[in-house]
Amino acid sequence: MFEIVKRKEMAQGTVVLNEIKAPKIAAKAKPGQFVILKANETGERIPLTMAYTDPEKGIIAVIYQVVGKSTALFSTLQEGQGFQDVIGPLGKATEIEKLGTVVCVGGGTGVAVMHPITKAMKEAGNHVIAIIGARTRDLLILEEEMKAASHDLRVCTDDGSYGHHGFVTDVLKQTLEKEDVKLVVGIGPVPMMKFVTKMTKEYNVKTLVSLNSIMVDGTGMCGCCRVSVGGETRFACVDGPEFDGHLVDFEELSKRLQAYTDMEKESYEQFKCACQS
Amino acid sequence: MGEKNDKKEKKSKKEKLPRQQMPEQKADVRKHNFDEVPLGYTKQMAMQEASRCLQCKKPACVEGCPVEIDIPEFIRYIQAGDFTKAIRHIWQRNSLPAICGRVCPQEDQCEGLCILGKKDEPVAIGHLERFAADYERHYGTGELPPKAESTGKRVAVVGSGPSGLTVAGDLILKGHEVTVFEAFHKGGGVLIYGIPEFRLPKEIVAQELNFLERLGVKIQCNEVVGKTTTLDELFEEGYEAIYLGVGAGLPRFLNIPGENLVGIYSANEYLTRANLMKAYRFPEYDTPLVKGKDVAVFGAGNVAMDAARTAMRMGADNVRIIYRRSREEMPAREAEIHHAEEEGIQFYLLTAPTRFMGNDQGRVSGMECLQMELGEPDDSGRRRPLPVKGSEFQLDCDLAVIAVGAGANPLLTQSTPELQLNKWGYVIADEKTGKTTKKGVWAGGDIVTGAATVILAAGAGRQCSNSIHDYLTIGW
Ligand SMILES: Cc1cc2nc3c(=O)[nH]c(=O)nc-3n(C[C@H](O)[C@H](O)[C@H](O)COP(=O)(O)OP(=O)(O)OC[C@H]3O[C@@H](n4cnc5c(N)ncnc54)[C@H](O)[C@@H]3O)c2cc1C
Ligand SMILES: Cc1cc2nc3c(=O)[nH]c(=O)nc-3n(C[C@H](O)[C@H](O)[C@H](O)COP(=O)(O)OP(=O)(O)OC[C@H]3O[C@@H](n4cnc5c(N)ncnc54)[C@H](O)[C@@H]3O)c2cc1C
Ligand code: SF4
Ligand code: SF4
Ligand code: FES
Repeated sequence: MFEIVKRKEMAQGTVVLNEIKAPKIAAKAKPGQFVILKANETGERIPLTMAYTDPEKGIIAVIYQVVGKSTALFSTLQEGQGFQDVIGPLGKATEIEKLGTVVCVGGGTGVAVMHPITKAMKEAGNHVIAIIGARTRDLLILEEEMKAASHDLRVCTDDGSYGHHGFVTDVLKQTLEKEDVKLVVGIGPVPMMKFVTKMTKEYNVKTLVSLNSIMVDGTGMCGCCRVSVGGETRFACVDGPEFDGHLVDFEELSKRLQAYTDMEKESYEQFKCACQS
Repeated sequence: MGEKNDKKEKKSKKEKLPRQQMPEQKADVRKHNFDEVPLGYTKQMAMQEASRCLQCKKPACVEGCPVEIDIPEFIRYIQAGDFTKAIRHIWQRNSLPAICGRVCPQEDQCEGLCILGKKDEPVAIGHLERFAADYERHYGTGELPPKAESTGKRVAVVGSGPSGLTVAGDLILKGHEVTVFEAFHKGGGVLIYGIPEFRLPKEIVAQELNFLERLGVKIQCNEVVGKTTTLDELFEEGYEAIYLGVGAGLPRFLNIPGENLVGIYSANEYLTRANLMKAYRFPEYDTPLVKGKDVAVFGAGNVAMDAARTAMRMGADNVRIIYRRSREEMPAREAEIHHAEEEGIQFYLLTAPTRFMGNDQGRVSGMECLQMELGEPDDSGRRRPLPVKGSEFQLDCDLAVIAVGAGANPLLTQSTPELQLNKWGYVIADEKTGKTTKKGVWAGGDIVTGAATVILAAGAGRQCSNSIHDYLTIGW
């Protein structure tokens, strides 16, 4: 078992942080890489990015949003309990280079994925502007951490309850107008990444996105995670998860993410009923 | 004189005994469940079948077996009712008889050469091997074979398929300490994630793993070598020899338009979800799987048959095997083709897909195919299929599984540049010893030969384990 040594709820319990004991993975993990977790014997294999790691303590941290049966099941696990299986580190690490001004745009739990990348970009000597957003103030996560990881943090909420009133893309536009941006990293829900890349294309700024396609093994043996990038089929788990956002077929990705919607609903409903009784 | 005649008569009678058919679940029943299809011989049937063997002085069957099991000898023990001796005899050459008895392509191997097969049906060698192994599993003492004194040497085996498990079993008995590293959360390789329950009950694989663990083999799952650790790190940790049995884990696609529509799977994904993740028991198990009404499976090997028969069991109305060559070239085991046919799988031979069509949710809804005809022989010696002009036709399809072969997964080899690969990405290893171009590293099974068979993978493992033992006791 991979023990949960710390558990914290964020964003009104819709997002959960787990620090997990996994020394081998902690020793190896780099920003941008992910792990696959399976809670128990009957569980699904779920990919989650590592939000941070502590190699000395042998700990990795994941931050996940409760969206369906498996993440709901994860959220029931308490400190001292744990995951039956944790596999990683998987995927390619983010290429961290000194480029100049880098903008990191994170939406929803994408902020968690963005955090280690932002930190590494700053450590590499870039001027890092971070833009993070959420639907409403209470759902915002990692504000303090992102402030520390960047030089300049800009916050937005869809409903205007905090920071800039509007979408991350509005703030991104202003930033692209004013600054000489060398690279944008955009991580969040598929529609958000789609809009971010659409905008940066207008400004001709290179943009990395992290694709969250459905996965099984995470080692390139099944092809479940395939995405079209520049007209070619790539496997997000081994060729990614990060790709050049201007080349990604987001339409296809969002359709592939809906592959099991009905079954997922059924499974989640059953789980909720079982939890209540 | 009289005596001689008697013998002759006995012998000719023997030849006339028909091959004992193994009882099976009826097709219309089994196509709705995942239980094993052939039910196994009874003691009487096994002894009866064993009595058909002529006990040849120069047994052709043995030449057909890649690991050269002394077939007449183990059959003789079965005929005499000494099943314990029979299984111990098989073990000398093959540590996975319950599995090989079920999945070897016997018609191309041992049984294909059996002398009886010239006029009549060959001895059911596979069924007998299975019987001996199953008998031992049910009634054996479970007593462990003796282990040599500890050498204090540590060996790492990467991959827990049939080749890795064979190496682990051999080397632990020779006194070495063995750890198997497996990327998946469960051991067994293709035996656990690929071959379905109705053909190879997972309980049998679990028992093999358990047997190794009782012998002292450590099976460390969730360890992706090349990611979690590298080969050099394993050496630094104190492993003195490493065996690579990582299989051919890279899916091949058709590369035709529409292939990324929802409902189109690689066989690896479809079967992994169904078998390893037990999607056929959704929602009891959490992993979902698209259920098709009109299913197309591309390819005609064992993998294709497994996918087609799984789709049938998941409740399909029509399951079609689409294959661009003709019946003779179908690479699947005879028994699997036969079972698939009985279960109502349709065969579209000399047919090749050209594109998939989708609906507005991005799900596959149909496909277009072309009729083929056979031309001149190609590199593989098989007649090359050529498209017939204007023969396009369309079929409904809401689930497609692509089973046209597998390649070498580069994940581990990329992290180890000293390993020389051939042009297809398979690891180059010495044919006799299995030594790779990196010192202290051996390789065998599908990662060396390309997708092959369980018994060849196990046989390669046996060869390598001998070489590894020599290395640990004598030198490279
Ligand atoms: C490399 C990678 C890294 C990821 N990192 C994180 C992370 O750090 N934090 C986090 O919260 N999530 C992350 N995800 C997404 C996470 O894996 C999914 O949210 C999770 O699989 C949903 O499982 P479920 O059973 O709870 O929900 P399901 O019942 O499977 O799905 C519920 C809803 O979520 C959608 N969905 C299904 N799978 C995914 C998916 N893979 N990505 C997005 N939406 C999906 C479905 O369309 C459905 O509407 C990552 C995904 C990948 C591939
Ligand atoms: C669906 C299907 C049906 C088949 N039917 C038959 C049949 O009827 N008869 C027959 O003889 N053969 C059959 N075969 C072929 C046979 O199963 C294979 O030839 C055989 O399993 C190869 O054994 P192996 O030990 O080389 O590798 P595998 O069985 O492929 O095992 C390799 C293992 O290594 C693991 N691994 C890979 N990379 C890493 C890594 N980097 N780190 C750690 N672990 C890793 C994998 O997860 C896997 O568990 C079938 C194959 C399939 C897919
Ligand atoms: S291992 Fe396979 S080939 Fe050899 S005797 Fe057994 S069934 Fe035949
Ligand atoms: S060739 Fe056939 S008859 Fe002869 S020993 Fe082998 S199994 Fe028996
Ligand atoms: S998840 Fe299987 S290949 Fe990427």
